[in-house]
Amino acid sequence: MSLVNIHEVHKYYGDLHVLKGINLNIKAGEVISIIGRSGSGKSTLLRCMNGLEKYQKGGITVDGKEVTTEEIQVRILARSVGMIFQSFNLFPHLTVGENIMLAPTIVLKKSKQEAQETAKAMLEKVGLADKFDSFPEKLSGGQQQRVAIARALAMNPKVLLCDEITSALDPELVGDVLKVLEQLAKEGMTLVLVTHEMNFARDVGDRVVFMHQGKVWEEGPAKEVFANPQTDELKNFVNSVL
Amino acid sequence: MIEFSNYDIIRNLLIATQWTVLLSLAAFVGGISVALCLTAARLTKNPVLTGLIKFYVEVFQGTPLLMQMFLCFFGLSLVGLNISAWNAAVLSLTLFTSAFLVEIWRGCIDTLPKGQWEASRCLGLSFLQTLRYVVLPQAFKVALAPSIGFSVQVVKGTALASVIGFVELTKAGTMLNNATFEPFKVFAFVALIYFALCYPLSLTSKILEKKFNVSR
Ligand SMILES: Nc1ncnc2c1ncn2[C@@H]1O[C@H](COP(=O)(O)OP(=O)(O)OP(=O)(O)O)[C@@H](O)[C@H]1O
Ligand SMILES: [Mg+2]
Repeated sequence: MSLVNIHEVHKYYGDLHVLKGINLNIKAGEVISIIGRSGSGKSTLLRCMNGLEKYQKGGITVDGKEVTTEEIQVRILARSVGMIFQSFNLFPHLTVGENIMLAPTIVLKKSKQEAQETAKAMLEKVGLADKFDSFPEKLSGGQQQRVAIARALAMNPKVLLCDEITSALDPELVGDVLKVLEQLAKEGMTLVLVTHEMNFARDVGDRVVFMHQGKVWEEGPAKEVFANPQTDELKNFVNSVL
Repeated sequence: MIEFSNYDIIRNLLIATQWTVLLSLAAFVGGISVALCLTAARLTKNPVLTGLIKFYVEVFQGTPLLMQMFLCFFGLSLVGLNISAWNAAVLSLTLFTSAFLVEIWRGCIDTLPKGQWEASRCLGLSFLQTLRYVVLPQAFKVALAPSIGFSVQVVKGTALASVIGFVELTKAGTMLNNATFEPFKVFAFVALIYFALCYPLSLTSKILEKKFNVSR
């Protein structure tokens, strides 16, 4: 059974039909890149996968749990699904360490000491062991985004959703974040990435999903999709970005 | 006729000032309490509650404080509720203060990026945990300066309680003026005392505002 099950999902914003019957299954350990033009529904799909957005038809399960926007259900889901945002969304009034420890202590009810150990281990993983006591505003964008990854990892999720997490970064800082993602992929973390980093999608991703007009237009193994696109829409898209 | 020395005038004014301070404190504490409840209610996003609070704010911001005090004092007496001048003053100032504070705080909470709520939600925090650990600590810092700034309006607002017969600084000033026929002297002292009460507040507010702007 797959870790993420998306079945015939439809999503409307008022009259706007944004997702038009999405089907997608993601196995544990897979690295999936979602690509497509602006407005094709990539972020919306991602946000439907952890209960940030409501969908009107179809069904999504993650790790066997049904995804809804009810607070209780979202809180249960948060133990399986982590999310990283383009804008980091760190808590500015807390230090890096406190940012990472907050959810493990108050949601998972870990002891302070245990949470601290986890936080330090996660910071180590993203290469920021020395920033435990810094405030987010003192860090570069790339460092902040790596703290956000550490914060999500501290909840020990089964799958990590990343929505264009390098798009707000200066080009020279993108590499550090991608390196962390690559490491996570190697360790077997399930990753769903909405990304404009086509090279990364091709070289690190297992599978690429091309979305177009609210549908999964084309999907397949990463290298194949780029080398041999089947539809004109994907051909045009690939030519326009590579 | 009794003679009033400067010392007598100031002494009497300072005694009355205690009531002005007490009334201000009562109104501010009451206003903060009511505003906290209203803010919590507003954050539930319940449309009925939100609508009621909006109406409440409009009514108390859109009518003179003096009318609110009259209504509390004379209005409640008319319907058979005997209310003292002190109680009427505290009640009306509390309502008035809460209406302004809830609006000030709304601004402070709404300036928090939506991403703070979303990140909390994705980490499994409940609504109340998000308020407690993420939203309020940040909003508090932003709200401190304008809230203290507004407290100046509350102190000045207490002067209106003189009209319903409560003896605070302004009322004492009026009484002393009637006894001494020295309006310039008496009211200059009154103004000076109000200034001494208000200036530290507005100064604190300004300093906090600067500090906050710099730390951003
Ligand atoms: N909150 C919202 N209310 C109304 N419409 C929305 C909302 N969010 C997104 N949309 C619309 O839904 C469609 C899909 O948006 P979405 O953000 O999922 O696109 P995307 O593929 O992530 O695009 P991008 O590459 O620009 O991030 C767009 O037409 C967008 O205008
Ligand atoms: Mg998007």
